[in-house]
Amino acid sequence: MSKPKAGFNWFASCGGCEEAVVDLHEAILDVVAAVDIVFWPCAMDFKKDDVRAMRDGEMDVCFINGAIRTSEEEEIAHLLRRKTKIVIAFGSCSHMGGIPGLGNLFTRDEILEHDFTQSFSVVNPEKTYPQEVTKVPEGEVELPRFLDYVRSLNQVIDVDYYLPGCPPPVALLRNAVQAVLSGELPPRGTVLAPDKALCQECPRLDSKPDDLAITEFKRPQEIIIDEEKCLLAQGLLCLGPATRSGCGAPCVNGNMPCTGCLGPTSRVKDYGLSTMTVFASLFESKDEKEIDELVDKIVDPVGSFNRYSLPSTFLHRKANV
Amino acid sequence: MSNNGNGRTNGSPRIGVYICHCGINIAAKVDVERVTRFAETLPGVVVSKEYKFMCSDPGQELIQKDIREHDLNRIVVASCSPLMHEETFRKATANAGLNPFYFQMANIREHVSWVTKDKDLGTEKAKALVAGAVRRVSLHQALEKKRVDVHPDVLIVGGGIAGIHAALTIANSGRKVLLVEREPTIGGHMAMFDKTFPTLDCAACILTPKMSQVKDHPNITLWSYSEVTKVDGFAGNFTIQVTRKPRYVNEDECVGCMLCIDSCVYKQARVDDEFNQGLSKRKPIYIPFPQATPPVVVIDPETCMQLSKGKCKQLCAEACEKHAIDFNQKEEVIEVQAGAIILATGFKTFNPMRIPEYGYGRYLNVYTSLEVERLVNASGPTGGEVVLRDGSKPKSIAIIHCVGSRDHKTNKYCSRVCCMYSLKLAHLMKERSNAEVYNFYIDMRTPGKGYEEFYDKLLEEGTHFIRGRVAEVTDWALTDAEEGKMIVRVEDTLVGMPRRIPVDMVILSVGLEAQPDADDVRRLFGVSCSKQGWFTERHPKLAPVSTATDGVFLAGACQGPKDIPDTVAQAGAAAAEALAMIDKGFVELEPNTAFIDEEVCSGCKSCIPMCPYTAIKRDDEKKVAVINEALCKGCGTCVATCPSGAAQQNLFLDEQIYEEIEGVLNYV
Repeated sequence: MSKPKAGFNWFASCGGCEEAVVDLHEAILDVVAAVDIVFWPCAMDFKKDDVRAMRDGEMDVCFINGAIRTSEEEEIAHLLRRKTKIVIAFGSCSHMGGIPGLGNLFTRDEILEHDFTQSFSVVNPEKTYPQEVTKVPEGEVELPRFLDYVRSLNQVIDVDYYLPGCPPPVALLRNAVQAVLSGELPPRGTVLAPDKALCQECPRLDSKPDDLAITEFKRPQEIIIDEEKCLLAQGLLCLGPATRSGCGAPCVNGNMPCTGCLGPTSRVKDYGLSTMTVFASLFESKDEKEIDELVDKIVDPVGSFNRYSLPSTFLHRKANV
Repeated sequence: MSNNGNGRTNGSPRIGVYICHCGINIAAKVDVERVTRFAETLPGVVVSKEYKFMCSDPGQELIQKDIREHDLNRIVVASCSPLMHEETFRKATANAGLNPFYFQMANIREHVSWVTKDKDLGTEKAKALVAGAVRRVSLHQALEKKRVDVHPDVLIVGGGIAGIHAALTIANSGRKVLLVEREPTIGGHMAMFDKTFPTLDCAACILTPKMSQVKDHPNITLWSYSEVTKVDGFAGNFTIQVTRKPRYVNEDECVGCMLCIDSCVYKQARVDDEFNQGLSKRKPIYIPFPQATPPVVVIDPETCMQLSKGKCKQLCAEACEKHAIDFNQKEEVIEVQAGAIILATGFKTFNPMRIPEYGYGRYLNVYTSLEVERLVNASGPTGGEVVLRDGSKPKSIAIIHCVGSRDHKTNKYCSRVCCMYSLKLAHLMKERSNAEVYNFYIDMRTPGKGYEEFYDKLLEEGTHFIRGRVAEVTDWALTDAEEGKMIVRVEDTLVGMPRRIPVDMVILSVGLEAQPDADDVRRLFGVSCSKQGWFTERHPKLAPVSTATDGVFLAGACQGPKDIPDTVAQAGAAAAEALAMIDKGFVELEPNTAFIDEEVCSGCKSCIPMCPYTAIKRDDEKKVAVINEALCKGCGTCVATCPSGAAQQNLFLDEQIYEEIEGVLNYV
């Protein structure tokens, strides 16, 4: 029997997810032994035509990281969907839109204008913008279109499973690969991570008071963080109560608050709302003015509560007006 | 009834939809026929019908017949507010053998027809709401109501005539009552009055026997000088925290002999007497009035030498044979249980300083009606003699009606009692002083048994009636006759000319206002109040003494201005409602309780401090939150708080709410 065929692809993301694959260390040899990697542009040279040449459904599994921002990404996503039996959204960007998804706070024009005329490192008095089609002596060159907003993978194609995280924890990846190889897969649409929030595996949970009341917000650089005590109890915006577990709490173990890269549990529709609600509920003050002042101390609320998830929440994006 | 089992999910939905005309209440602004035909097209809908009055017996029978004939397992009624008829239709559903929670109501009256002008728009909105209800009901689950035993005691807050009457009614039935009053004595405003209209009964003569009965009744515990500071629990099982202020006198020992008052180091009384409206003085150790109940003295810590300065000969303590004086007494916080609560917190009178043109506080001889009640009272500061502040007798008296009532600048409402008590005071002043008495009124409002007759009687007594709102009371004399007098300037609307009436005494018939802390009190007991601060009854006609909170009832003027007969009648009604609840022995709890899915709870504890009923504890072994269902009131706070969706609420599961929203939005 021939080995299952696997692919990896990289859309709008930082590349950290590719690192996660390499982070399998020796275990990657087992993966390579168990599957044929037929598509991995990051590691080997593949062209679009190589994918087009595949039969529909030829790849058994494709791990796709990154959000969708350009017309080319959209096109290849559809192509990969056609050629693959099991599409796994790999990492926060693909799962929920990720950090690139914060681009949805601005319109496409605002981003282009900033990046090509206003950015510190740009001198562009002519206001030259990238064109989708440019005529040169040799003919026409094309660039992918920069789409109006960032989408998570499942907003573009059907996704079978999700491997969350920024990047996905190695243990979850290993489990996922094993599940694919053994064929013992959960129902379609499942996020391949425990469905409980991070507090359950947090080493500091016992130090969290039963009657936690938030009186102030601190940023990590502003305080000497106690290494044992619940980070919420120290005034830090730790999103552990709202975020899926399965990562082993490396951030908390590194004395930094959870920023929510694994996203919500299956029961929560809007990650940002649920995180905001839990903090709002825990304010000690009942006085509207004091609460307003406290809320104002949260620097960059969207970036704090929806750091990895803006395109997949109800906020979604800034409208073009 | 093959499909009518009461399983949790009950098979695939077979929905019956019923659209109510509510006479023309709905039908005038909603094309009921169109909504009915639309509902037929919705997924899972087996029958869709319209009817003139769904809440009527034939309407309910229609549902029941269809459940049997069409094997329905889900019911949607689009009609009025669930507050009106949810229970009716749940019962109708249950009577046909279906679990009553397989029912959902769409409110197309209050939410649609009553607030929509355009019939097409109204119809569209009704369709959207029906679509939402149909989607939601598909996900409904069978639930059981829980029965909880009722604590048989009743808490009554406020010891005016309303609280007193309710307490005696309940105590006489054999039930135990705790009556909490924040003043040192019960009796309220009625104890201050001289006579009551229209019978001219002496207020004290009819009230004080009832006060004594309260004191002596074996079934009544009276805590005066005490306030309710916390209320937990729910109908049938309230836990109430009462704070008993220190009166620095041992209540069990004091016999009310008042020797202590006589021996106080203050030989002269120097402190304004609250009960006499400041018209006389009292000592730091005092009893509000001779028939005060309980008949126990109280020490005012602000003026008592020992308590304010820490230095005194303590002659009062020496004089007390019972050694009842205790300067070290501390505030006491006591927790009590009750099944029902009656709020009888009364009113306050309007402060006429807010209408400066009437001169109260500026002219010595402008009085409020409540001050005059004390002035004409035989046990009042002058022993019932009508004299002005300088001791002289007034020869002419003006009574100005509607001060702080029917006035766009202060209170728009009519205080209901002022016309009658003004007539009563007019009668008493005429009788006691033989002065000329002028009533300045806007309209004479005397509906009530024997009230109009009383007015007729006054008209024959030689009292003057001038119809018109008084512009001002001034001491600016224009003629010699006006010199040294206060002049009431008014437009006499019957004669059609402005007039100036010089008088020696002005009585302002002040209106009734809600207690200044009504908003705190309503929060404490979970009831609502109107913009003016009057507590809101559940229904103005059909549930006038109930509140939106089960088990909390209203009596007397805290619900709105009313006179003594109405107050007593209402107190009796509140007592009967409370007794009916208690004698039933149990309450049924809406099964809208929250629950934690232990499998997925991360034990993050976020919900624990949120619960207003302290119903959530952490199971330290399983490391998950656990909700005590008996304590849960279904407020949903923990559900909204839970950041991982492990806390859910029956009747309001996330999936049900989203399904309803999507149903509405998909249609729109």
